[in-house]
Amino acid sequence: MKNLSAWERITIARSQNRLKALDLIPYLFDHFVEFHGDRLYGDDRALVGGLGSFEGQAVTVLAQSKGRNLEENLSCNFGMLHPEGYRKAMRLAKQAEKFNRPIITIIDTAGAYPGKEAEERGQAEAIAQCLRLFAQIKVPVIAMVLSEGGSGGALALSVANKIYMLENAVYSILSPEGFASILWKDETRAKEAAELMECTAFDLHAKAFIDRIIEEADQGLEANPLHSIVQIKDAIRQDLSALKKMKLNVMLEQRYQKFRKMGSQL
Amino acid sequence: MNVNLPFHKRKERLNLFQTLFGKKKNIKVSSSEMNIEMCPHCSTAIESQALKAQQYVCAQCNHHFPLSAYERIDAHFDADSFIEIYAKANSNQLSSFPDYLNKLTKYKKQTDLNEAVVVGTARIANQKVALAIMDSRFMMGSMGQIVGEKITRIIELADRRKYPLIIFTASGGARMQEGILSLVQMAKTSAALERFHQNKGLYISILTHPTTGGVSASFAMLGDIIVAEPKALIGFAGRRVIEKTLQEQLPEDFQSAEFLKAKGFVDKIVHRGSLRTFLIQILKLHSTEVKV
Ligand SMILES: [Zn+2]
Repeated sequence: MKNLSAWERITIARSQNRLKALDLIPYLFDHFVEFHGDRLYGDDRALVGGLGSFEGQAVTVLAQSKGRNLEENLSCNFGMLHPEGYRKAMRLAKQAEKFNRPIITIIDTAGAYPGKEAEERGQAEAIAQCLRLFAQIKVPVIAMVLSEGGSGGALALSVANKIYMLENAVYSILSPEGFASILWKDETRAKEAAELMECTAFDLHAKAFIDRIIEEADQGLEANPLHSIVQIKDAIRQDLSALKKMKLNVMLEQRYQKFRKMGSQL
Repeated sequence: MNVNLPFHKRKERLNLFQTLFGKKKNIKVSSSEMNIEMCPHCSTAIESQALKAQQYVCAQCNHHFPLSAYERIDAHFDADSFIEIYAKANSNQLSSFPDYLNKLTKYKKQTDLNEAVVVGTARIANQKVALAIMDSRFMMGSMGQIVGEKITRIIELADRRKYPLIIFTASGGARMQEGILSLVQMAKTSAALERFHQNKGLYISILTHPTTGGVSASFAMLGDIIVAEPKALIGFAGRRVIEKTLQEQLPEDFQSAEFLKAKGFVDKIVHRGSLRTFLIQILKLHSTEVKV
């Protein structure tokens, strides 16, 4: 599967029958309990947050959820978060810090929701606060890009000690459609834009943005999810164990430097 | 009136005076000959020297014209106190993206800047501050690696020297030609600000027109005190994108500084002419509190 074009991977990542966060959670975490609301405004269904057990260890799970059918898609805005989604994530992250449990995030969004109410309630502020909070949260954070990581809306939940990407996931500064529309004033050239954007797991691994690529089975992630699940579990087990052995300031410095080093030359 | 001028010139000048004194709204002069600027908001013609004297604010309607980074420094900080650092840093080696290098060269020529932000230290009423000023003329003030790194370094400098930090934002968002490297600057600058914050540094963020996208969703919104210039456009998503998503027209004041203040995201809207006094007052009020 390594010879696909960026556009082919985008098509796979966006397909309706691809595994979604809600499918993945039961594979990775036992006794998952979902918690609701940001305690400020409402409950954003595009961010599923809660508590589960990873191989016997309590973890906080923060997942961007696109929904598995049309009804779910609509209830969670196809995974595009409102400010209350980011604020729910922050509330649960602080709770994780209080009880000293690691945080696992699952990224799957085309971007933060571009809407009137989202702006009124401070989409920019919510994302900015999220970036700042995760930079220094005092527990290990692991981020996993399941399918699509778009713009600041994805980055807000990617400030992690380790970032994984599934083999056919993509991550970019904006959608190829948006990119083409800005660059050539022509959205239909998205396919062309995709090849320029360096948005595949392999591109981002080469740029040291992500730490691990999770291989997908030849017959497809949804046909054989266990092929990938086993690798994800191995990765989380190894990384959590290493991160928990670190002194707190060393663990925080590792996360800080991961981002500090990206483009640090002048 | 100078009678040696040809008739059409005298006519133009007469029109101009009439306009300046409010007798006539429209004049036909070419701006290059007469050095006239037209207020884009209320169409008043303003003579360039007068406009400069009033800090590029229209006296009729209060429209704040865009300022270059150096004009802002002159307008608000002690004369000759600014010491620029990393002035030569530029993005030339960064991207193989088609046409990016040509674009950079073009903007450098047009603006006399090497990048979309100017950073350094300055004094205001003798108080030393660390300063970053974005300039929207340079590629819409977009944030690439150099902009993010310069801002991160000025935050780190403020932290080391215990200076208050002042950042003027003006940006269309992340610089897409640099891809992921541009996007992660949001995380990098926010992380540096969190450390500065934990060390009790004072950060005043001043949002100018326009502050959108990745800059609004990172350091712009993280000030201890967030100030905006009147009518500045401030938001995350672009108006056109939202209108397309919702299939509806947005109100005219949507994402204006006044709108953000009403929604609770801006502490104060400060007229450009009052900004220096405001900053001095805020710095004074903090100087007794930050004793270690
Ligand atoms: Zn005016």
